[in-house]
Amino acid sequence: MGSLFRSEEVCLAQLFLQSASAYSCISELGERGLLEFRDLNPKVSPFQRRFVGEVRRCEEMEKTFTFLQQELRCAGRVLGPCPENPRAPLAREALRVQEQSEQLAQELREVTRNRTSLRGRLRDLRQYLHVLCEGQRFTSLPAPLGSPPRPRALSEREPILEPSLHQHLERKINFMAGVIHPWRVTAFERLLWRACRGYLVASFVEMPEPMEDPATGESITWVIFLISYWGEQIGQKIRKISDCFHCQVYPYPESEASREETITGLHSQIHDLSTVLEETEQYLAQVLDKVALALPTWRVQVQKMKAIYLILNQCSFDVTEKCLIAEVWCPVRDLTQVQEALRQGSYQSGSSVECFVQRVPTSENPPTLIRTNKFTAGFQSIVDAYGVASYQEVNPAPYAIITFPFIFAIMFGDVGHGLLMFLFALWMVLYEDSPRLRQGTNEV
Amino acid sequence: MAYGGLAVPIAVMSVFWGVVGGVLPWLVPKGPNRGVINTMLVTCAVCCYLFWLIAILAQLNPLFGPQLSNETIWYLKFHWP
Repeated sequence: MGSLFRSEEVCLAQLFLQSASAYSCISELGERGLLEFRDLNPKVSPFQRRFVGEVRRCEEMEKTFTFLQQELRCAGRVLGPCPENPRAPLAREALRVQEQSEQLAQELREVTRNRTSLRGRLRDLRQYLHVLCEGQRFTSLPAPLGSPPRPRALSEREPILEPSLHQHLERKINFMAGVIHPWRVTAFERLLWRACRGYLVASFVEMPEPMEDPATGESITWVIFLISYWGEQIGQKIRKISDCFHCQVYPYPESEASREETITGLHSQIHDLSTVLEETEQYLAQVLDKVALALPTWRVQVQKMKAIYLILNQCSFDVTEKCLIAEVWCPVRDLTQVQEALRQGSYQSGSSVECFVQRVPTSENPPTLIRTNKFTAGFQSIVDAYGVASYQEVNPAPYAIITFPFIFAIMFGDVGHGLLMFLFALWMVLYEDSPRLRQGTNEV
Repeated sequence: MAYGGLAVPIAVMSVFWGVVGGVLPWLVPKGPNRGVINTMLVTCAVCCYLFWLIAILAQLNPLFGPQLSNETIWYLKFHWP
């Protein structure tokens, strides 16, 4: 094999592609990986090239795919690798892919929105239920909460109307119940006491189960508070204070019976809502399944499509003959393969005239091509790190395969260390194909 | 085994690396990698043989010998056969 010792012979060729079959020809050539295309439109900006619309469409599809992938990741699913090697899609298929992906994205968005709103409502209802249940404890207690110890008219509004106010105060006890973040409880209590000293009785109790905080999403044990007060102004003050502390306030019905009623109503509402939420979650899981199934293939397909259009952008359009001309660097050995690929491409797109390739003499230096297998590729890349050899220059890589480890070993000069490294390398070589190692998607 | 002086090790090593560098390349099966494998065998044989040869030739005329104490020298002279 002479090709590792010197770079291969490469020639310049021109491809004449029919505009109808250009796409499938380039797709065929791309699958075989044979050519390097030269840019024939260097002075044209990317926005003025012929196929810029298609490239933009591919990029939009890629954006939808990223969104879908993010959603999958949020739901904790992992996107598997693409099972087979799909080819670039034709125009009809591409349209279908685009439509389907957008539809799935739309569905996903709607369903997640519904789910969040359902969850929010459920949480509200459950909080209310807890508030009522816990509040029962305090309001079912006898008199002390209801009657003030010294019925002095201390409200600032009406200092004079003492007797009637006293009667009024005895009867009208108002309640305010709500939920507050546990860290704010002491400050809240202190502020309430300072603002409405003596006119209210506040009791705090922790919720029996932790619930999600809507803002941060973490699970916190909220604190239920029940304030009984009298006087309208006090009520307004308390309301303002609880607004400042971002408490969730719920209406607390006065009589025992209405409380019971509300509780049963809440129970049934929570039950219904939970069923609906369950179904929504199931539907969401189904949609995510569909996405996970289809996404890897779509990704690869769209990538290939975009690459093809980028290459088509590099060709020059020969308007008189209605064909595209591409200039490529092609290894001489593969010219027949290129012709074969072009024939396949024209056949697939169903055009009658075949595209062909023609070799063109040139005085420029072609690019260096060195074919490597997976063993020699590592050493070739080490040598290339110092500089790529010019065209048909002697390639030092085959000699470096031995001398590089040899000099390395001379540096170390230690049999034990050498033995350990040898064993490690042996393990890596033997377990090269182990599925666990194949799962890694990074370069290492 | 009788002490054959320097001849034995030189002969053994030369033959061994000679086989590796001169005979094995003819035995490599024909395939696309034949050229690379032959290069590898020859470079490996040359590198390793030269390394060994230089090391042993250098040890024939050393710069200095083992640094022994007087007691050790006396022991070696009278108690070793």
